[in-house]
Amino acid sequence: MRAKLMAGLLSTVAALTLAGAAMADDKVVKIGALSDQSSLYADVGGPGSTLAAQMAAEDSGLIAKGWKIEVISGDHQNKPDIGSNIARQWLDIDKVDVIVDVPNSGVALAVNNIVKEKNAVYLNSGAASSDLTNAQCSPNTVHWTYDTYMLAHGTGGALVKAGGDTWYFLTADYAFGAALERDTTAVINASGGRVVGGVKHPLNTSDFSSFLLQAQASKAKIIGLANAGGDTTNSIKQASEFGIVAGGQKLAALLLFISDVHALGLNVAQGLNFTETFYWDTNDQTRAFAKRFSERMKNKQMPTMVHAGVYAALVHYFKTLDQMGGNSRDGAKIVEKMKSMPTDDPLFGKGEIQPNGRAIHPAYLFEVKKPSESKGPWDYYKLVATIPADQAFTPLADSKCALLKK
Amino acid sequence: MTSITENAMPVGRRAIRDEMIAFGIMTAVLMALPFTGVYPFFVMQGLCFALLACAFNLLIGYGGLLSFGHAMFLGTAGYVTGHALKVWGLPPELGIIAGTAAAAALGVLTGLIAIRRQGIYFAMITLALAQLMYFVYLQAPFTHGEDGIQGIPQGHLFGFINLSNPTTLYFVVLAGFLFGFLIIYRAINSPFGEVLKAIRENEPRAISLGYRTDHYKLLAFVLSATLAGFAGSLKVFVAQNASLTDVHWTMSGEIVLMTLVGGLGTVFGPVVGAFVIIAMQQYLAGFGQWVTVIQGAIFVICVLTFRRGVVGEIAHYFKRSL
Repeated sequence: MRAKLMAGLLSTVAALTLAGAAMADDKVVKIGALSDQSSLYADVGGPGSTLAAQMAAEDSGLIAKGWKIEVISGDHQNKPDIGSNIARQWLDIDKVDVIVDVPNSGVALAVNNIVKEKNAVYLNSGAASSDLTNAQCSPNTVHWTYDTYMLAHGTGGALVKAGGDTWYFLTADYAFGAALERDTTAVINASGGRVVGGVKHPLNTSDFSSFLLQAQASKAKIIGLANAGGDTTNSIKQASEFGIVAGGQKLAALLLFISDVHALGLNVAQGLNFTETFYWDTNDQTRAFAKRFSERMKNKQMPTMVHAGVYAALVHYFKTLDQMGGNSRDGAKIVEKMKSMPTDDPLFGKGEIQPNGRAIHPAYLFEVKKPSESKGPWDYYKLVATIPADQAFTPLADSKCALLKK
Repeated sequence: MTSITENAMPVGRRAIRDEMIAFGIMTAVLMALPFTGVYPFFVMQGLCFALLACAFNLLIGYGGLLSFGHAMFLGTAGYVTGHALKVWGLPPELGIIAGTAAAAALGVLTGLIAIRRQGIYFAMITLALAQLMYFVYLQAPFTHGEDGIQGIPQGHLFGFINLSNPTTLYFVVLAGFLFGFLIIYRAINSPFGEVLKAIRENEPRAISLGYRTDHYKLLAFVLSATLAGFAGSLKVFVAQNASLTDVHWTMSGEIVLMTLVGGLGTVFGPVVGAFVIIAMQQYLAGFGQWVTVIQGAIFVICVLTFRRGVVGEIAHYFKRSL
């Protein structure tokens, strides 16, 4: 008992000393990659995001300058309560400075609250909900890569223009699905289209038959898939089995990642239109990054835009720390400095972070190639249109973020 | 059901003395914990689940009623408290009362239906009702479906106790746990508890002695549901969220597991069991979804090798009542 008490006392003293040491600016950074490591978003984020974070640390040049950078990872299993428990413990005990990735908007919004409360840094790349930089924006959050506004405008706008004026939604029943459906509906109505109905399905559904039959019966020209990852690939596959596309209705995958296209195969996926902000085969720099990345991945996968976003956001974060000369551990201050510097990285090019935390960069409307057009493995996309950075994301005038009202 | 009988010791002066000593030790350890560098958040979570398991144990260990739907009381109270604090802006004490009252009301409704049957049918009815509630909460707009209620404010208890201070919150949760624990302890050792045990051992004989057993069973069910709800309300202040995990049937299963590992029908078993399971989830989290497999294996080992549970085996070895 006495030994135990002594050990307890000693560890408390040690913890206090450590906390004291952490107060001063030092050159230690700990990154936590919080993601879905085993379920439907594991290929989109997952282990690839941890690798992207490691690569960003190696490429930052900070290690040569005497910095110590550590990357740890966690599995939130797509449950907001598990995700917030891990985040809280990372920030409280493990002294994590930055949380990156975090796909699944439900978990992302939960973590957003905690990071703000603990004044750390949150570089989200995996979640789609535009609320992260809109109604629920935080001074500690930077949202990279994409959001529902961008997806809705890119894909929704383009399809209505091409004649798809009646829509039926198949929506994943959580924050992301709701936000995506809301944002796309706004675009459809603004461009003269009409939403005739919709159905919500639980996250991680394996049987879409009843939802797809309702969509088929609606006679809408476009069936909008407001879901992601495994849910999207499952619904596309099952839609092709029901002959929905052959029957004249068109599928609009509002959020599709290259890993999903890879899983579907070009035969099923060909002709799909969707919006992304990163494709590995865009220029020499992206190809070089993709090659290094896929060599280190266990399944030799090419990076998704989420992986690229984790890398790019961290590159900018490290650049900021380098300028500040040390890690002050004041999350809000670091993020403020990040916003004041223009972003420039090999994957997304030049851009900036808006005052609401939204990182803006160009977005691309892609079409999936026909099997005959593809020259090799992972050669999947045709560029249809480029949306410039200033038009791709929510205009600041429309943002309800409280940070803008200063 | 023989294991329950084996655990039941005659209530005597010595038994009460043993239990009081154990209670003193438990309270002292829990009071000292936040000063040892143990992560308070983890202990608070453990306390909420310990109270939940104790409430469940009141029903199975002393009433012989296996409820497989206790998650619905935990989750209902969590949702109501969360909604009351976040949307209605109620102070914490009223939030806890609202959540606990909701669980109690649900306990009356489900209890009235469930106690009409016994054994496996009772378990199945509670499971069915819990699943029904699960789908209600999945679809109801105020729960926000898969997202759950997030960022629930902790507020000031009675207007002056700041619950966002971890140490303060710890002692408030500890007080809540001890309060619930003592209610259960009092119930077990009251004439009411004696009748409950009589019903567990031989219901027809209890009826022939003139007891209206349905009344006793319903009362035990509602008491258990209310305390489970109280645990759910406290948990909201710790986790600051209320999500579907708390109403899912796997949570009901975990409650059973906690009670079995700790010791069915023992006073302190569920507390130990809850901490064992929570610690496993905490420290094995790196294995991701394998945690459930590991839990399953432990459940099998527990049932095959030490059927009385951790505390039950210790009590049996020392021939003490714990």
